[in-house]
Amino acid sequence: MLDVLIFATLNGVVTGLLLFMLAAGLTLIFSMMGVLNFAHASFYMLGAYCAYSISLYLGFWVGLLVAPLLVGVLGALIERYGLRRVHQSGHVAELVFTFGLAFLIEESIQFFWGRDTKNYQSPDILDFALFTLFGQEFSAYRGFMIAISVGIFIGLYFVLTRTRIGIIIQAAITHPKTVANLGHNVPLIFMGVFGAGTALAGLAGVIAGPVLTTFPGMAVVLGSIVFVIVVIGGLGSLAGAFIASLLIGLLQSYAIASDVGMQDLLNVFGIDFPYDHPLADLWGLTLPQIAPILPFLLLILVLIFRPTGLLGKREE
Amino acid sequence: MTKPIRLLLITLCTALFTTLCGVSTAQEPVRIAFMDPLSGGFASIGNSGLKQLQFAADYFYNSKNGILGGRKIEIVPLDNKQSPTDTQIQFRRAVSEGIQIIFQGNSSAVANTLNATISRHNSRNPGQEVLQINYSAVDPILTEAECSFWHFRFDAHAIMKLNILTDFIAKDSAIKSIYIIGQDYSFGHVVADNAVRLLQEKRPDITIAGTEFHPIGQVKDFTPYVTKIVASGADAVITGNYGADMVSLAKSIIDSGLDLPIYTFYAAYDGITATLGADGKNKIRLIHNEVSNPIPTEERKAFIRAFKAANPDHDVTQPRIINALQMLVTAIEKSQSTDPYDIALALEDMRFTNLSGEEIWMRGTDHQVFQSLNISVHTDEGIEFDADNSGFGLFTEYSVPAAETIVESSCQMDRPSR
Repeated sequence: MLDVLIFATLNGVVTGLLLFMLAAGLTLIFSMMGVLNFAHASFYMLGAYCAYSISLYLGFWVGLLVAPLLVGVLGALIERYGLRRVHQSGHVAELVFTFGLAFLIEESIQFFWGRDTKNYQSPDILDFALFTLFGQEFSAYRGFMIAISVGIFIGLYFVLTRTRIGIIIQAAITHPKTVANLGHNVPLIFMGVFGAGTALAGLAGVIAGPVLTTFPGMAVVLGSIVFVIVVIGGLGSLAGAFIASLLIGLLQSYAIASDVGMQDLLNVFGIDFPYDHPLADLWGLTLPQIAPILPFLLLILVLIFRPTGLLGKREE
Repeated sequence: MTKPIRLLLITLCTALFTTLCGVSTAQEPVRIAFMDPLSGGFASIGNSGLKQLQFAADYFYNSKNGILGGRKIEIVPLDNKQSPTDTQIQFRRAVSEGIQIIFQGNSSAVANTLNATISRHNSRNPGQEVLQINYSAVDPILTEAECSFWHFRFDAHAIMKLNILTDFIAKDSAIKSIYIIGQDYSFGHVVADNAVRLLQEKRPDITIAGTEFHPIGQVKDFTPYVTKIVASGADAVITGNYGADMVSLAKSIIDSGLDLPIYTFYAAYDGITATLGADGKNKIRLIHNEVSNPIPTEERKAFIRAFKAANPDHDVTQPRIINALQMLVTAIEKSQSTDPYDIALALEDMRFTNLSGEEIWMRGTDHQVFQSLNISVHTDEGIEFDADNSGFGLFTEYSVPAAETIVESSCQMDRPSR
């Protein structure tokens, strides 16, 4: 039992931190522009595919550095020449723009790279077991994923709260006009933040690609869950996104690891259904089976009881 | 008759004549719909199937004299996104375009929908019937309780495959406990239920360490499931997963350092073999219905080489698509008709020698095909034709002749009368 608990926690932390890298960019962009970027997971996918191609010629490490930069530059260009123009037409237009962008990016990736699963492998240097517990190995690469994600969190937090750039960004979020009057180029800041956010998504793709496989459905699988995290954490809150990511990673991991189901719950209340009962399907439901929908259940609960999210500051 | 009218008549006659001539030289093609996921998470399997069907049609017929004395075969791709809803929409489209033959293989849920839709459509629209050529959906129900005159299956169904697979597992006395994991829909449940039942019959000493279902195409990371497999102490894993669900599962098992045999239905090709590479060597086995390496006949080798020359990035992953097309065309030629009713009658109880030189049989009572079933291992030894250009491929270890794969069917077919 202990072995399952320990590994479920580790798995949950790895998934949670990976989700955080996506959510961090998304929540930053939201707090800046007030718009949910639907194409965010597509940038994640783009990062993985770019890094895969680069790794074929120049190795994994070059891909790790270059692919997020490429994705970030592309993101910045899209903001500069696409989103900024659409911005004048209001939030709905922006939302629809990013929605269309998501399809465009995903289909283009499939057009250029094909629809096969890509053989994107982790580097040989990390191809060993960090430690073995109860007969299961924890690979060094997963340790590396944790290190990168935690590093990103600390770095982002430091930049946003302790540096001049961070102070200007925070000011631009709440008082863009005042910041502009002080002589700062607010559109440039927006562009930079959008670029940085998409680069983070790209980075998440680069390090997730080898573990979660690089295939055409990779954006869809993560896309909706990232929005759930941002909303649960509180829109625009970095710390909230961090907590929510870990919460959801652990929640799913524990749910899968558990062996309880509706049957156990009903037994507690002393209710018993025969096998041919119309509700037998419901009765046979197990927690691992519904694990993937638990985050959405949590989303609904949070929206009902705490609409601002865990650490959300304001309700407009 | 005044001059302008005469002129008009002459023009009309000429126009009519040229049109008629045009018809007689370039006959209308026989149109076949290919309805499978061509976008979304399972697109790679759909696209690879489409390439094989198109190539086979060109290779055997279009590059020669066509069929029915000169008619070409035209493959019409219809993207159903592997969703029953989109399948309904695409079916309407196929019908409105006058297509009467539909190839479909991915997902038994879709195949069941299509089967029901076609039965309803055919009973309401006599003369415009549609034929379902199922080349890969293996839920037994399609040739059992839900069997239909208009449905033909060219793959062994899940219970037939599990029969052979459990025989194979039963021979391995080192295996004492088994973990079963599958996608949470009809096919995954059929695999799990029957694997448990058959193993209990054949090897009562084997314990089922666990049975797990996960949502199809939704799991990001299989490591939490692997943790459960480790904790259960299983000696082997059985899974019916395919596509990304298969790669991710196998990767997670290998990454966790588990050295277990994994028995699968679909763990090869379309990027899966390349991704598993050396890590999966001698661990992953497949049950499938056509011999892989060594390829038995020169005809099939020539076909594979021609396919690879035309599609260097793809493989002949599903020889059953070729069997299905060849048997379909044989039935069309035999009945000299493209009417689904005539084709269906000609297909029933057909015995056909395929590219591998093996006689395969389409049983008339339930429209289930019978041919040899094989278990192959993922390896790089003895591989003449690899997968994904990776050097790795499938090597057939165990082969069971068609006669031993035959199972009874409870099918009570409702045969239309004409």
